[in-house]
Amino acid sequence: MLTTLLLVPIVTAIALLLGFGNRSWAKASALVQLALTLFVWSGYDQTQGGYQFVSSTEPLFAGLDLRFSLGVDGFSLLMLLLTGLVTVAAVWMSPKIEKRSNLFDGSVLLISAGAAGAFLAKDVFFMYAFHELALIPTFLLIGYWGSGERQNVAWKVTIFLAVGSIVLLAGLVDLYLAIPVALRSFDLQKLQEVAAQHVIPATAQVRPWLLLTAGFGILISLFPFHSWAAPAYASAPTPVAMLHSGVLKKFGLYGIIRLVVPFLPEAFKQPVWGNCTAQDLLLALLLCNILYIGLVTIAQRKLDYVIGYSSVMHMGYVFLGIASMNLIGLSGACLLMFSHGLSVAALFAVSGAIREREGSLNFERLGGAAKAVPYLAICFALATFASIGLPGFSNFASETLVFFGGFQTGASSFLKTSTILALWGVVISAVYMLRAYKAVFLGERTASAAKWSDLDGSARFALAALPLALLVAGFFPQYFLGYIKPTLEAALR
Amino acid sequence: MFAPITLEILVLVLGFALLLAESFSTSSSKRSLPKIALFVLAWVFAFSFFTAPAPETVEPGSFWNFYSASPISLMFKRIALLTTMGVLVMSLDYESTLAKFIPSSRPGAGTGEFYILPLFTCAGLMLMASATDLVMAFAALELVTISFYVQVAYMRSNSASLEAGIKYLILGALSTGFFVYGLTWIFGLTGETHFDKVALKLAALQNSDTAILFALLLVLVGLGFKVAAVPFQSWVPDVYQGAPTPVTAFLSVGSKAAGFLLLLRVLEPFLGVSSIQPKVLTVLGTMAGATLIYGNLAALPQNNLKRLLAYSSIGHAGYLLLAVASVGATVTGFGAVGTTIGFYLFAYLLMTLLGFMVLTAVSTQTKGEEIQHFNGLSKRSPFLAFALLVAMSSLAGVPLTAGFYGKFLVFAHAVNAHLWVLVCLGVVTVGAGFYYYLRVVAAMYWYEPNDTTPIQVSSLSKAVMALLVVSIFVFGVNPRPILSALQGAPAKVAAAH
Repeated sequence: MLTTLLLVPIVTAIALLLGFGNRSWAKASALVQLALTLFVWSGYDQTQGGYQFVSSTEPLFAGLDLRFSLGVDGFSLLMLLLTGLVTVAAVWMSPKIEKRSNLFDGSVLLISAGAAGAFLAKDVFFMYAFHELALIPTFLLIGYWGSGERQNVAWKVTIFLAVGSIVLLAGLVDLYLAIPVALRSFDLQKLQEVAAQHVIPATAQVRPWLLLTAGFGILISLFPFHSWAAPAYASAPTPVAMLHSGVLKKFGLYGIIRLVVPFLPEAFKQPVWGNCTAQDLLLALLLCNILYIGLVTIAQRKLDYVIGYSSVMHMGYVFLGIASMNLIGLSGACLLMFSHGLSVAALFAVSGAIREREGSLNFERLGGAAKAVPYLAICFALATFASIGLPGFSNFASETLVFFGGFQTGASSFLKTSTILALWGVVISAVYMLRAYKAVFLGERTASAAKWSDLDGSARFALAALPLALLVAGFFPQYFLGYIKPTLEAALR
Repeated sequence: MFAPITLEILVLVLGFALLLAESFSTSSSKRSLPKIALFVLAWVFAFSFFTAPAPETVEPGSFWNFYSASPISLMFKRIALLTTMGVLVMSLDYESTLAKFIPSSRPGAGTGEFYILPLFTCAGLMLMASATDLVMAFAALELVTISFYVQVAYMRSNSASLEAGIKYLILGALSTGFFVYGLTWIFGLTGETHFDKVALKLAALQNSDTAILFALLLVLVGLGFKVAAVPFQSWVPDVYQGAPTPVTAFLSVGSKAAGFLLLLRVLEPFLGVSSIQPKVLTVLGTMAGATLIYGNLAALPQNNLKRLLAYSSIGHAGYLLLAVASVGATVTGFGAVGTTIGFYLFAYLLMTLLGFMVLTAVSTQTKGEEIQHFNGLSKRSPFLAFALLVAMSSLAGVPLTAGFYGKFLVFAHAVNAHLWVLVCLGVVTVGAGFYYYLRVVAAMYWYEPNDTTPIQVSSLSKAVMALLVVSIFVFGVNPRPILSALQGAPAKVAAAH
């Protein structure tokens, strides 16, 4: 089942790269991927919890518990659902490609397959390896079909992510070696049980914590490793921006919650520099993400940069949920990963559609688009409200949980202070998102905007699915949290 | 069942028979010689599965105690055979370029030996895989090196090829001198030439650390040259660029594999001497760091793909040395260092051969080896572009390719040995590697071609390339077949701590 789910986009991508088929194949693949995800979702027995649909090979290496194994638990299911929804929207919102459209569509599917593989893998090695399946396609897509300084940006993002991955690899090996010999494994299921025994002494947790936080941090655009993200999203073709900011970036957070939280909980309380604990360090960095990048976002004058920086900024909230290291905060972090993925993908989809029509996303050249393209305007408005954290959208539910997490008993005073400061980020994001909406959709209609055509056909459904899912998750967060909870409880044991 | 030595004998007999046939045949029948060689090598490869490996034993006074027929050496023999076949396929594509630089009255005259000399190199590599004696190892190494001297300078009216030949000959001879001098010191210290006996004697020696270290340094100079480690790397770029491309590929894979195999075997006795082990590891670590930095950073500004691959070859020697420098640590779960090096070399063989095959196919038709000659290759030949994309990704270390698995194991050993400085250097150089390998990819996919005529590839080369692409992915996802064949690796370095 899961193998099919993984192979569908990969096989379709290979067929497309070999010159068979056309975009309708990519669309079919995305739909099958989503349908299979929903099928797995409905077949997952939530009362039983844990990993299900497991398939596994023999160890690939004598003496090392490293297998090609797939399996899902509630948390990875949620991420898979995110991948499925965003992939469908990304394929449908892809701009019209004149030259070598098969290479374009195949690469987009490979990015999606990489993300899906990372969330499906039940083995740390393949979780890591699948994430990087997206690296080369991204390089090709941004460099050839991107906009602006596309080639410089393609280099920047590729080198950043490659170095981040190799730091991460060193961190993973260090974590692996910190576990006593008899208990070592690459299997996430077994690792979950091992972590519950608290096998790594507190003082030995700091070095792997630093390596993993730096490695994952580069992938997530944690301050000060954020500089690749906004230009990359701004230059990338629409589906790449959607998949990267919406799904792939969540891989880093997924990895932190899967590995750092269960294995290295003591590290958060250990000093790394003088009196400064690892938690303090993380809080300081995430405050930079929220407040400093928030202010940077306000200063942007292009729609794609506003969304790109806002995506960097929102990572700060997820980190805040992680830094609180309690069930409420982490639940909020997980749900926010899902919600932010959907909302930012919707925002990039609309901004890409506008770039296709206008050729630029400069605020000076835009205005009054709401009358010309009401459907896009409504979708953008919904995603904007979600992104700000309006009640009714799941972003609100998750951010609330994150902030509650910061005030749990046992929270250090710096955590509480940080939470209060982070609350101001909500105001900042309201400022820049509403200004962006006003600049693009309201006010005087520009001459070219009058000639735009609105989104039509099946793309409407693909795009609308994103804000709709946000509303569903916003009204019934408890249903989704039920899937995450067992994973988090196991991680915090 | 036959004794494994039959394989070397078959290859040598084939080589001599073809040399004789070459001198008496007409020019039209000469063209079939490389095909005969390929055909017979394929049979020898198949035949290797009908030979009986024997465990490594030392029988005092027995004649065969310089030759090990262990399963692992058989594995290396197969790798040597496959490499040689790949090189011969490449040589067929290279025919037109080669003929241009061989002045002759009749077309095709004087090119015959070009396809036959690799057989002798192959025999040398196969013998080396089995050598358990210093003298035998040296003789095999020289068979490899001397046949390379001729092949490198083969295009005799091409000044770059001649320059490469001279450089390789002079520096090669010098390094051989150092190596032999080192061997004589070892013999002088121990009175033995068999590796196992040398190990026993060395471990028992008292108060002669300086002499042992001196012998080891001499050997390291000689082998450092073969594997292209800094500071003995200066010959690499010019020789790689000047030599005929198939020879460059062979040199890059064969010379490096031979060098590391021998390095592991020779190091083992020395690491058994506990008093000098830290010093040995420091020297190796320093060499690894310098090689990593030099190879990867000097590759950054290269515009000629062959030269770029030369620097990349130095860079990969750095990663391999990084694994060698980690042997001091207790090995915990990642297998022996020897296994890692064996796997890395195997992956390196796949991706380097693939890279050079595409380079040969493209450069014979675009008449150039600069990166700009690859501009828009994805339009002129999507297949070649994809094959080179896979080769470059694997060389850079993108996961799910065989190259990544090698890097993963190397980094695992280095972290395990707490070589943090070298790990940091490795992180930087991997980043640099992504830049220079992907430059080729960018040229192929981002830029428009200068000339849109499709590039023709023979179906044989196409099949071999497709096979290499598939192997890179298959062994990148499931390395088990190779790793299990390499267990109990060439040098049991792991045990020597």
